[in-house]
Amino acid sequence: MENIICACGHSNPFGTKLCEKCGRPLTEEEKQNKVVDMRYDGTAIRSKTYNKSIVDKIWNFFSSVKVGIALIIITLIAASIGTLLPQEFYVKASDMEKGAYYEDVYGFVGKIYYTLGLSDLYSSWWFQILVGMLAVSIIVASLDRGIPLYKSLKNQRVKRHESFLKRQRIVAEGQITASPEETLSKVEKKMTEMKYIVRRDGSALLAEKGRFSRYGPYINHVGLIIFLTGVMLRLVPGFYVDESIWVREGETRAITGMDGYFIENRDFILETHDNAPQGEQLKQGVNVVAKNFQTDITLYKQPKDAIAGDTENLEKVRDYSIRVNHPLKEEGYALYQMDYRLNELKQMNFQLVNKSTEQSLGKVGIDLTNPKKEYDLGNGVSVKLLVYTPDFSGFENGVPQTATSVPNNPAFLFKMTTPETPKGETSFVAIKQTLEPLGENQYKMKFESVETRDMSGFTIRKDRTIPILFVGGIIFMIGVAIGSYWNHRRLWLQVEPDGHVLMAAHVNKNMFSMKKDLDAVTAFAGLPQYKDQLEPSEEGEESTNRGNTKKEGDNTL
Amino acid sequence: MSLIDLSGNLLFVAFLAYLVATLLFGGAIKQSNASGKNTDKWGKLAIVVTIIGFLSQIGYFITRWVYTGHAPVSNMFEFTTAFGMFIVGAFILIYFIYRLTALGLVALPVALLIIAYASMFPTEVSPLVPSLQSHWLTIHVITAAMGQSILAISAVAGLIYLLKVVDLNKPSKQRFWLEAVMYCLVVVLGFVIVSSTFSAMDYESKYTYIDKEGMSRQITYNLPPIFGMNEYEVVEEHGMSPLVEMPALINAKKLTTVVWSLLIGSLLYLFIRLIARRRISAIFQPLVKRVNLQLLDEVGYRSVIIGFPVFTLGALIFAMIWAQLAWSRFWGWDPKEVWALITWLFYAAFLHLRLSKGWEGEKSAWLALIGFGIILFNLIAVNLILAGLHSYA
Amino acid sequence: MSRGFINLEKKKKRLVTRTIILAILAIAIGYTVYGTATKEKVELVAVGSEAPNFTLVDLNGEKHKLSDYRGQGVFLNFWGTWCKPCEKEMPAMNSQYQVFKDLGVQTLAVNIAQTDLEVQNFVDKYDLTFPVVIDKTKSVMTAYNVDNLPATVLIDPDGKVVKITTGEMTEATIASYMELIKPK
Repeated sequence: MENIICACGHSNPFGTKLCEKCGRPLTEEEKQNKVVDMRYDGTAIRSKTYNKSIVDKIWNFFSSVKVGIALIIITLIAASIGTLLPQEFYVKASDMEKGAYYEDVYGFVGKIYYTLGLSDLYSSWWFQILVGMLAVSIIVASLDRGIPLYKSLKNQRVKRHESFLKRQRIVAEGQITASPEETLSKVEKKMTEMKYIVRRDGSALLAEKGRFSRYGPYINHVGLIIFLTGVMLRLVPGFYVDESIWVREGETRAITGMDGYFIENRDFILETHDNAPQGEQLKQGVNVVAKNFQTDITLYKQPKDAIAGDTENLEKVRDYSIRVNHPLKEEGYALYQMDYRLNELKQMNFQLVNKSTEQSLGKVGIDLTNPKKEYDLGNGVSVKLLVYTPDFSGFENGVPQTATSVPNNPAFLFKMTTPETPKGETSFVAIKQTLEPLGENQYKMKFESVETRDMSGFTIRKDRTIPILFVGGIIFMIGVAIGSYWNHRRLWLQVEPDGHVLMAAHVNKNMFSMKKDLDAVTAFAGLPQYKDQLEPSEEGEESTNRGNTKKEGDNTL
Repeated sequence: MSLIDLSGNLLFVAFLAYLVATLLFGGAIKQSNASGKNTDKWGKLAIVVTIIGFLSQIGYFITRWVYTGHAPVSNMFEFTTAFGMFIVGAFILIYFIYRLTALGLVALPVALLIIAYASMFPTEVSPLVPSLQSHWLTIHVITAAMGQSILAISAVAGLIYLLKVVDLNKPSKQRFWLEAVMYCLVVVLGFVIVSSTFSAMDYESKYTYIDKEGMSRQITYNLPPIFGMNEYEVVEEHGMSPLVEMPALINAKKLTTVVWSLLIGSLLYLFIRLIARRRISAIFQPLVKRVNLQLLDEVGYRSVIIGFPVFTLGALIFAMIWAQLAWSRFWGWDPKEVWALITWLFYAAFLHLRLSKGWEGEKSAWLALIGFGIILFNLIAVNLILAGLHSYA
Repeated sequence: MSRGFINLEKKKKRLVTRTIILAILAIAIGYTVYGTATKEKVELVAVGSEAPNFTLVDLNGEKHKLSDYRGQGVFLNFWGTWCKPCEKEMPAMNSQYQVFKDLGVQTLAVNIAQTDLEVQNFVDKYDLTFPVVIDKTKSVMTAYNVDNLPATVLIDPDGKVVKITTGEMTEATIASYMELIKPK
């Protein structure tokens, strides 16, 4: 790979299109063009220069914008495939049943979708690799283009070769009557007025504005990479916690994932909009619209050095009402109101009643969170609770069994003792069911009422990557904004002592407003009228003329 | 007159104004000669009427906001109406940068169609569920809609560009697809016509059916049923019975709506073709023959460049902030989110193709149309077919 | 000549830089894919690490602190009355406790937040002689990251976790486990 020596004597790296020093076109292609390719100011894109080792080949592959665009399109298509059917995490079925679920609901298509792993597409290895390759492409392509562009713009010469100026999109050439010095000064004055930075070198002048906008794309790529790094970091232990717990009203429990913290659910509140249902609500058969899901909680913390299970000296951190959209935040953790269940049984009230007389000997209230062994009603009357099963599921060898520890279907084996029945009578009481295993009783436990409580589901989230994502997002936005809303304008002017003027202008986008600047300076300094080399020669041509509009390289990165 | 009635009337005024302005823009273009940069009386009048309409619609937006207590972007009607409003806003913005009259001739009808489409959805004020009660949601939705609207202007410019550039005299892929775009616009018109006709007649047929979870539900058709729901039974039926029963997976009511729209739209299209004896593209072509292609291309590119950052901010960044607060995670691969990402990726590809591969002019115009297609897909299809957290209707 | 040499140097440097950058990126992608693939597996406390200390109260109101059993092996069993495999292994644990308690192996059964009555009835039914504590706030369960019952954590006399096992154990297995943490 030889360096290219320009006619001006400057040695340019291989692949350079326009001489770094004077701007002369160096390739045959550029020499043929009426308007030069100014995308990277004619610098050599690094990847195109070396292609020997395997590393270089990989590098060059990712450096190509074509490859980058292809990766974007492939990612886009892949992402869209994932929306055809609901993803697994939105499906209400256990892991085992998911395959069957897809087949049941979506038939053969669903089965294929599930078998191919498309139902969990976004966490599949190939989708991650795809996004990873996109990231590599962003990094490599930006390095290869951004650095040479930066160097080139930083080391710009004021004086450029005629062939460079004449190949710009905007060119003006002609004779002036005023003195060269006066013209140059006038242009300098006007351009400075319009916030251009003006440099002069003998008979040449370069006015430049908004160069930083050329770096916009590279800045936003940096932002994207920071963002993707943040996303990746959440896999590193300690960066990311995602847990969930259920807490019943009145209960205090340790918060999973948040060591040393305890939460007490004081009250769950469900409010609904009290409007009459109408329109869409009616059609969907929804009668009420929820207005507020809220849990009033108290957050506790163990004292320092306390160990698990030691709940004696909990320190109250604070009271808070966790609502949707208003999570509780504490030390980088956030607790979200995510779910609720209403009316879990808390207490069951019974009357001890004589079956024949219906006379009551007293009331027994059983707190299901702490049932007692014996309830003494006085006067020799007592009720013993022999067995309590919170979620009665049937008998096994005559013993009542429980399916869970949750009081979904509480059942009791009572022993009722009264002065009339001093030996005691045994009765098994479940919801809508009473058994008297040891023969006919005189007394019964008559169900009276229940008290219930609600349950709140919380998600505990810690995401230490958020600040990284935030910084990435901000940098990205800054990059996009400066790349989009500002543009890089340059004007070159060379005035020969004999009054021959050559002017050229370049803008990376928004030629429309560049022309306004040019009109102003042309009028002010009496410069010859410029010509837009890409505009059709006669404006408003009748024919559907397409050929003239085909151009490359006007819009610069 | 109550606030909500006032709000409705303002929207109506805006709609009429856009309609009148469209005609005025048409007149302006016919009158104009040379460049398409038209500053004569008709053009001025047209933009003034547009601005009046826009202000009136802002009035609708504000009064409805005051009445409901939340930003009116929370259901399909409200959001789509706002989208139409922002398209007009974006058009006014671009108009004052470039003074391109021809833009109005396409931008306003597109906005009109979108607003008409919106008003086919229930317009009642509905209260918000807790997750939607967030300022971030308001900010997210409004910014996203603004971004999409500015991006839409590039499609408008692209369409005009293609109308001028595509040779309609000999068959080509371009000619076919351009006409397909026009056909789609007519189908939307068909949807509006068929929906408003039957809603004016208070048409209703009720059925019970079994949904895909095996639950029995009731459904009300507002159009005569062509397709029946899974194992439907008649509760109350008028006019006709469903011709075909659909499996539980397919919402036969929505399918009925789609087929009615296609039917009426196709008839309308055939009717126009018969009367005019040429393609719809060919009807419009003479109107745009004087526009400056360079300028149109610039407008198309410029609106992408202005819209892309706004869209990123609204549809991705603000959306993530809201999602983090409401759902505890900033990204959940919900279909609507994914399609916002797809839109974003598409416009990123658009910019790279344009900047690095020199895809300008006609290619760029086609891309702009596809981009708008993706935006509309996200608005219409994702909400109606791929239901997720964002399902409004 | 010298120019060519400099070019060669430059090329070498470039190759090294490129190799490093690509390698870092490849590792990052590899880590992400690997990390996602293994994310689902919930780990209890790590084997070899120190067992999280805790204190819980048994049915008689006595406190049991894990660190008090330093010098003895601790057979730590998490259970619930509704859990059938837990129930099945209890008698075996009880008899092995009798064998090993004098050999320096303590058994602790941690019930997950059930009521005293249920736990007491259960203990009476099986005549359990080892201490049964109730984790009312699920604090210990959280600290040990217990998900499925029964779960047993074997802790050696130095307080280190030797083995973690979930699911029902036979009497022979229990005996072998207790043997494992017997003080030497």
